[in-house]
Amino acid sequence: MSTTTPPSLPAAAVPGRSIAAWWQAAPFTLVFALFFIIPLALIVMVSFWDFNDYELLPGFTFKNYVSIFDGCSDMSDGLCVTLKTYYSTLKFSFLVWLITLVIGFTVAYFLAFHVRSSGMQTLLFVLCTIPFWTSNVIRMISWVPLLGRNGLVNQTLISMNLIETPIEWLLFSDFSVVLAFVHLYTMFMIVPIFNSMMRIDRSLIEAASDSGASGWQTLWNVIVPLSRTGIIIGSIFVLTIVMGDFVTIGVMGGQQIASVGKIIQVQTSYLQFPLAAANAVILLAVVLMIIWGLTRLVDIRKEL
Amino acid sequence: MTTRIREARPASFWPLAIVFALFVLFMYGPMFVIFILSFQGPEGGLTFPMRGVSLHWFAKLAEGLGVVDIGAALWRSLGLGVAVMLCTVVLSVLAGLAFRKRLAGGNTLFFIVVASLIMPSIIVSLGIGLEFRLIDNGIKAVLEWLGMDSALEGYGTSLGLFTSALGAHLTWTLPFGLLIMFAVFNRFNPAYEEAARDLGATPWQGFAHVVLPLIAPSVVGIGMFGFTLSWDEIARTSQAIGDVNTLPLELQGLTSTVTTPSIYALGTVTTVVSFAVMGVTLLLVWALGRRRKGRSG
Repeated sequence: MSTTTPPSLPAAAVPGRSIAAWWQAAPFTLVFALFFIIPLALIVMVSFWDFNDYELLPGFTFKNYVSIFDGCSDMSDGLCVTLKTYYSTLKFSFLVWLITLVIGFTVAYFLAFHVRSSGMQTLLFVLCTIPFWTSNVIRMISWVPLLGRNGLVNQTLISMNLIETPIEWLLFSDFSVVLAFVHLYTMFMIVPIFNSMMRIDRSLIEAASDSGASGWQTLWNVIVPLSRTGIIIGSIFVLTIVMGDFVTIGVMGGQQIASVGKIIQVQTSYLQFPLAAANAVILLAVVLMIIWGLTRLVDIRKEL
Repeated sequence: MTTRIREARPASFWPLAIVFALFVLFMYGPMFVIFILSFQGPEGGLTFPMRGVSLHWFAKLAEGLGVVDIGAALWRSLGLGVAVMLCTVVLSVLAGLAFRKRLAGGNTLFFIVVASLIMPSIIVSLGIGLEFRLIDNGIKAVLEWLGMDSALEGYGTSLGLFTSALGAHLTWTLPFGLLIMFAVFNRFNPAYEEAARDLGATPWQGFAHVVLPLIAPSVVGIGMFGFTLSWDEIARTSQAIGDVNTLPLELQGLTSTVTTPSIYALGTVTTVVSFAVMGVTLLLVWALGRRRKGRSG
């Protein structure tokens, strides 16, 4: 099953008039036209506009794009602000992607292949999804009493005489940002991977072990390739969320760590919409390239 | 499955079970900690040890946190959540029905929906914010041109809870709604509908008396998804909301200013609301299932 074709579109089960179908889909379509397509088009348009302190000035200029990459051609002073920001954002995306993939795959694998009764399976799966229903900000600040200077982790380590002074990098650091991301979004990996694992025909695994494959060989040559769709979907979710995030990085980074999303947010708060729009267009291009690369990467492996 | 139960567990079972247990602990541990800490005594701080047990910080929360009117924000979020829930249910079910028929451009629509799902939220939010600001500019220009000065002075912005914010939330909840509808109709047996049609039911009767009761639990599920996704949403709302904020946005602001356990109390309250919504929904699904069984049995 390829991700480029809608896999679950129900076939035209009911013969019906196309016109009636369109009336049913019209309100739904209208929402996406008004709140998705037009806004995206406006972002592209406004990214070429000029602006002053009070208003947007319609026109056509590359000024916004030029100012984003200002100083990027000169590498002697290290990376320019924009490239640094992208480097930091990509670093977070990669780390979070890797960790959530490993954890998500392991948890999904355990649920799908080691839990035998379907009732227990459902119960454990629901157990994993429940935290997902709590506000993201609450789940972020719930790390504060654990990781803070006087938090539980430091208190424990000090009382065990393992350290003398509290560890400072636990909170408001790269570490806490990655931790919070993993805490918040591993669900987005588990669900699609679990979903594709449940569709794997169990007789294929028996066939593999009957043919003498070891557990690892079965895992690597049968289960991983057949979970491909779930892995790609989960990866796309996690990567796009982290690439555009500004809330988690803001709260867990103590407002000190830069990210592309945060730049866009700050620029809009100063009403620099054309600059923010230009940044959004670049972010969109980067995200689309990652998604494209990801699907290519996995398809290539399938060919081998 | 039943034949495999007697087999011995593979050696990898216990390490994996431990990983799973640790994962669950990782998911629940921190939330449990703030739940406990929200019951700190009046002398207590943001971390352990507990200094007494009281509802002090809940009372502080009810008094309000600084300049922020939490109660109003809570009602705004509830109102928006309910509006998003209703729109998501109605529009997703209608679109789900449409996709079962021959729908010209259905594939394009599907791709737009998927694109919306994986689009970084800040981009969508920025676009909607821009759109409404340009609409504002347009309206102001028209008012000026018409010479309606009093209306011009009174005009604020078209950005708002039930305009731009509602739209922003729908771009996030509708894709989930549609995907659930696909899953539902993939397993749906059209024979029931055909039977209804053969017995002379109009399309509307067929839908209301046959299809809807069968898909009702999933429809309730879509509503639950719609509400909870809206209730916690920040990124898509951030640029697309006008002068007033929803609860998660206020909460995000409070994280840097409030340094008492009342913020944990707020966390406990919002979590309880989420769980209450979930509980009521599951109860509803259960009741619907029972009613159906009762009828058929």
